[in-house]
This record gives sequence, structure tokens and C-alpha cells, in this order.
Amino acid sequence: MAEDNNRATIVVFSGDMDKVFAAFIIATGCAAAGMETTLFFTFWGLNAIKKGEPIKAKGFLGKMMGIMNRGGINRLNPSRFSFGGIGRVLFSKMMRDKNVASVEELRQTLIDLDAHLLACKMSMDVLEITRDDLIPEVENIVGVATFVKEAANSKLQLFI
Amino acid sequence: MDIQVDMVQDSIGQLCPMPIAFLAKNMKKMEGGQVLEIQADDEGARADIPAWCEQTGNEFLGEEPVEGYVRYFVRKKVG
Repeated sequence: MAEDNNRATIVVFSGDMDKVFAAFIIATGCAAAGMETTLFFTFWGLNAIKKGEPIKAKGFLGKMMGIMNRGGINRLNPSRFSFGGIGRVLFSKMMRDKNVASVEELRQTLIDLDAHLLACKMSMDVLEITRDDLIPEVENIVGVATFVKEAANSKLQLFI
Repeated sequence: MDIQVDMVQDSIGQLCPMPIAFLAKNMKKMEGGQVLEIQADDEGARADIPAWCEQTGNEFLGEEPVEGYVRYFVRKKVG
């Protein structure tokens, strides 16, 4: 549908709320401009597409990681002034007061605008995250070759 | 401004990127040649709506400041 080269590919590596926020705003702009927009979630970025329930990891380290790094779009902490979770509440309040869309609303907007959400298989394996731990809107579980193919055909590539 | 409007989008109180996100969504519902009026009070929209039009090939017809917000007019491209 989108003409060749009218693509945007964004890697969401960070699970920091402010960085995910920036990634989602840029992605929304791309998708709204009619670009075929793909977001690759890897490592900490996977927290932005986790359901937010404790993951069903089998190994001890995976379980521990699942508790400490539980994730879920509303559990992301800002990269600065986190204060052990209080920062998240303060930032959310400040953003709501200014009528800025929340990261969750932005994620839904991206889904509505047909952006593609992809998850990195390797980092899911490392963190013992399964398909069931991710929201159903995640389109596919992929590797680096898929990213390279998308990125090589994109006008805009970002790593956040 | 004397423009025949086919749909009105209320983006008053919204900040970036929501006016543009709704603009894109609404344009999908419209036919080529129809005009969308966007009402917005975010200052960023003043640069963003014409930029979106340039990027997507839709026609920016102009803006009209009124009390408290600005009316922007966009005509959907044909085809």
C-alpha cells in the first residue's frame, strides 16, 4: 500500500517512560503522515508491550527478573527523577494536567493508525518472556534480519 | 473564511501529536476533494498541520484565528 521508501523503522530499546514517550510520538507522526511505520521492541523496550502481569518464566533468574522488571505500559519509570516509582506518578500527573496523551493512549493511537509492533526474539529468550506475556496487538516475533530488511527500506530509522 | 466544510475536528485542548493523529484518522474517513476543519489551540499545530499536508500531498487551504483557537482547513487529495 505505502509506496516503496515511504517507511519508518524505530527500535525501542529503552524501557524508560520518557524515551518510550518520545519514540511513540515520533512513530505517531510517521504513521499519521501515511508512512508504513514499524516499531521493534527489544530488551528493556519490551516492557512497553508487556501485559504487565508477572511473566511465566521457568528459570529462577527469569522469575526474579520478571518480578524486578515486571513492565507493562503503565509501570515504566522516567530515566531521571525516578525516585523508586514516585517519579512515574509525578510525571503522569504533570502530563495529565497538561492534557498530554499518556504512553498507553499513544500506543493505542499507533495501533489505530496501523503501525506494526514487532518483538525481538533473542531478548525475549534472555528475559524469559513468552508470546503470552505480550499484548495481543504485537504482530510478530522476529530477529535482526527482519529489522535490517525493514530499516534498509526506510527513509527514517531511529534507535531509542 | 468562506469555505464549504464537510467535517469538523475538535482538537481544542489537545497537544502534540494528537491533533495530527486525529487529522490522519479523519482524513481516512473522507472522500477526495472534501474539506476538514480542524479546531485547535495548540501553538504547535500552526506549523504541524501545513507540514503534515506537505508530507502527505493534501492541500492546506489556510487558517483563521478566532477567539481562543484557530480554525485550519485541509482538502483531501483526490485519488
